[in-house]
Amino acid sequence: MNRFAELLDRLAYEPGRNNKLRLITGYFREVGDPDRGYALAALTGALSFKHAKPALIRDLIAARTDPVLFGLSYDYVGDLSETVALMWPRRDANNSESFPGYPSPQPSPTRGEGAQRSAALSVRTTAENCLASDGGKTLSVPSPLVGEGQGGGYRGRDGNDTLHPSNHNNPPAPTLTEVVTTLRTLGRTELPKQLERWLDELDETGRWALLKLVTGALRIGISARLAKTAAAALGDKDPHEVELIWPGLIPPYLDLFAWLEGRAEKPVNRDPAPFRPVMLAHAIEDTDFAALDPADYIAEWKWDGIRVQAVAGRDDRGRITARLYSRTGEDITGSFPDLVPSLHLPGAIDGELLILREGRVQSFNVLQQRLNRKVVSPKLIKEFPIHLRAYDLLGDDENDLRELPFAERRERLERFVGKLDDPRIDLSPTVPFTSWDALTAARADPASAGAGEDADAVEGVMLKRRDAPYLPGRPKGQWWKWKRDPHIIDAVLMYAQRGHGKRSSYYSDYTFGVWTEGDGGDELVPVGKAYFGFTDEELLQIDRFVRRNTTEKFGPVRHVVHEGDKGLVLEVAFEGLQRSPRHKSGVAMRFPRISRLRWDKPPREADRLETLEKMLKSEAAEIEM
Amino acid sequence: MTRRCGDATYIAGMRPQDILLPTAAGLCCKPGGFHIDPVRPVERAVITHGHSDHARAGHGAVLATQETLDMMRLRYGENFAGSTQAIRYGEEIRLGDVRVRFHPAGHVLGSAQVAVTCQETCIVASGDYKDAADPTCARFELVPCDVFITEATFGLPVFRHGDAADEVKKLLASVALFPERAHLVGAYSLGKAQRVIALLRQAGYDAPIYLHGAMEKITHYYQSRGIALGELRPVKGVKKSALAGTITLAPPSATSDLWTRRFPDPVTAFASGWMRVRARARQRGVELPLVISDHADWDGLTSTIAATGAGEIWVTHGQEDALVHWCRSKGLKARPLDLVGYGDEEESETPIPDEAEA
Repeated sequence: MNRFAELLDRLAYEPGRNNKLRLITGYFREVGDPDRGYALAALTGALSFKHAKPALIRDLIAARTDPVLFGLSYDYVGDLSETVALMWPRRDANNSESFPGYPSPQPSPTRGEGAQRSAALSVRTTAENCLASDGGKTLSVPSPLVGEGQGGGYRGRDGNDTLHPSNHNNPPAPTLTEVVTTLRTLGRTELPKQLERWLDELDETGRWALLKLVTGALRIGISARLAKTAAAALGDKDPHEVELIWPGLIPPYLDLFAWLEGRAEKPVNRDPAPFRPVMLAHAIEDTDFAALDPADYIAEWKWDGIRVQAVAGRDDRGRITARLYSRTGEDITGSFPDLVPSLHLPGAIDGELLILREGRVQSFNVLQQRLNRKVVSPKLIKEFPIHLRAYDLLGDDENDLRELPFAERRERLERFVGKLDDPRIDLSPTVPFTSWDALTAARADPASAGAGEDADAVEGVMLKRRDAPYLPGRPKGQWWKWKRDPHIIDAVLMYAQRGHGKRSSYYSDYTFGVWTEGDGGDELVPVGKAYFGFTDEELLQIDRFVRRNTTEKFGPVRHVVHEGDKGLVLEVAFEGLQRSPRHKSGVAMRFPRISRLRWDKPPREADRLETLEKMLKSEAAEIEM
Repeated sequence: MTRRCGDATYIAGMRPQDILLPTAAGLCCKPGGFHIDPVRPVERAVITHGHSDHARAGHGAVLATQETLDMMRLRYGENFAGSTQAIRYGEEIRLGDVRVRFHPAGHVLGSAQVAVTCQETCIVASGDYKDAADPTCARFELVPCDVFITEATFGLPVFRHGDAADEVKKLLASVALFPERAHLVGAYSLGKAQRVIALLRQAGYDAPIYLHGAMEKITHYYQSRGIALGELRPVKGVKKSALAGTITLAPPSATSDLWTRRFPDPVTAFASGWMRVRARARQRGVELPLVISDHADWDGLTSTIAATGAGEIWVTHGQEDALVHWCRSKGLKARPLDLVGYGDEEESETPIPDEAEA
């Protein structure tokens, strides 16, 4: 458990993806089965046990510490698990009404020695004083909180030396496997005592990780995908291979690690509805078209929804199992139970999740209301009816279609969707074109090129080679995405903040604003924040500008000059707008990024809030219906 | 202190606050005619250690250990005080009506606790202290007394510093894991940096250790006092690629500034007791927090207070509330001193000017 805690601790601070991978892979290499398997399960969210409530943790710490000291500490630290982990006091030797078989913990070897050494030193140097050999007697105020601090102070001199031998006499800290397997079977009433025991046995980081684990709040910025990629790296395998077999695997994944280490065959996925790694498209540039022949490609609308894979299959007993996966392979079936009955034929559809009202596709803002919901209420299902728009078929009953050319898969898809005959699933239409000019026109005006009333939910076109097999990842030259041009405004840089990791020496996070009528005339109001879109060279330029034009500093944030004739205008591109009560301006941008630096433009010529409000009007009404 | 002073037998009329009194300039000893660690220029100053919030320039006469005087000279120049007098640990000096004796505080090289005895009453002003071992300075010595004046920098039970050697192991494990990256360790330039270097050497790391320009003078002073720190090199002028796999010590403020761009994909570490709290570490953009402190942690503070046998505790800077509460809950008289101006050195090292070569 302590080694796993160490990993979590390090991951929590590491900003770089590759470095995170190295840390996790390093852990898998170093730690044996079954601990590493449970670690992988913890990181991928595959562990299941009843979580402990924060109230239980509070009760535990209240029984051990002074409430005033706990209150002050909690105020300072701000996180319950962390506060408890840090201040958890060891049971002291005199107070060991502890559990049978669990003698109370002893100071660590170094601490024991430290205490002795310091005792010897102070005895020598203060012999003329009052503390000679009977120093213990002046110890009128024994610390109740002797624990794992650094110094060790003066305990251990009043005969405690025999009770605190310098070798580690603690019960061994629990392994991650012990923790996970115990939590699975533990009854609710036994949980407090068990937790207390573990807290006594673990070190600070171990306690922190334990509390995060049992309260179900790891939150260390690791996706399931990243953890699986790290596991794949252990055996130099493609993460897609792991993804393919993943649904059939269960913690602690002994068969997976055996395969990754070359000790066994690849585990077979017996899941009736497995995920298949998705195929992704490259963004097309203007210069790419010259080399492409329109006749080789089929075009479709690019929908502004969520890419999903809807899979149905028969289990051993012939019953249909249906699952919905995100493009990273995350099982999101639970969030869309209303789609499951529609997946009643075995097959694997690649498509876009959308909200349809009266046959009309709603904008992404509307769809967003259904994302990341813990509880999917009947009301939500009714007001935001889910829909799957299909554009590829990867499997049809038992047949894997991925080797087939796209044109052929498309035909099969049309037949499959016809057979499904379900109002919640339809076909994404193709966009007929004979030349790139014709496609350009269609993309510029989807409404008149077949998208009709759904045109607002179109964010561009997709180009797919007729002969392309379905390949995992982002293979070159097979699929292209040609997005609609983003919205653009000119905004003024107002505040800059240091970035993280590699960028920690740069001011790379920018808050920008537009003009609006204030009490004392025109003033800038912040409308968004962006931290990418610029080149490395541009980052250097902005960074230099920020440093030379700072008017005030608030911690890591710099207030950058922004007046009518002094300041930096940023061209900001974004995908959409939403009304937001959390922002002073009342609007929030989707996917904002810096598209250009307008050194040429005086700030007073930047855009106004009214421009954004106009754009907003059409979109906002939809969410409320 | 020639006699046992654990028994508080106050002579009539002489209360502890008649001996030492908090004033705007700092802790004032009227019967002795001096201030301890004054924050404003005074006629006679007794200085516990060389950190800039305790040791300021401009006093008339300064009494301190030789090391502290030397450090003040390094920082402020030859004329930092009208006159100076060095005192050794264990040495006693009579000042006015009081006797003053210095004892090791274990904080940084030359740091001292000041025991002030007047008639039968002994007050120990401990300055900043730590009870943990430190290869770069004399170990903290327990001085029994009637009134113990303690700092409270880490005066909350969440601050438990653990073994510094383990933190250094963490750093070395990271260096091994990322051999193509440079490791930048933020550490206060007086005391912490040298302790980290010494701990690295104790852990068997024998490669050259690189120094930010602001660390060189004080570190070389430590070496001149016989503290073995192995091979040290200025980082200035070293090629970026040559810094892969190396460790560089720098003032904390430098580790998030332009200066870091000379390093290949640096891992930012920070050696400080504050690193115990995750939010503090994250706020500073630290990737590798190292809990290594020059101050006593909660257990160190409480066990030291108890062991002095003092019946009355005065708490200076830091988390006074919690420590005062703890003392009172143990039946000790305790009060915060509300002195201002301390605890600043750690938070505001001399800022590195933008784009300066340091």
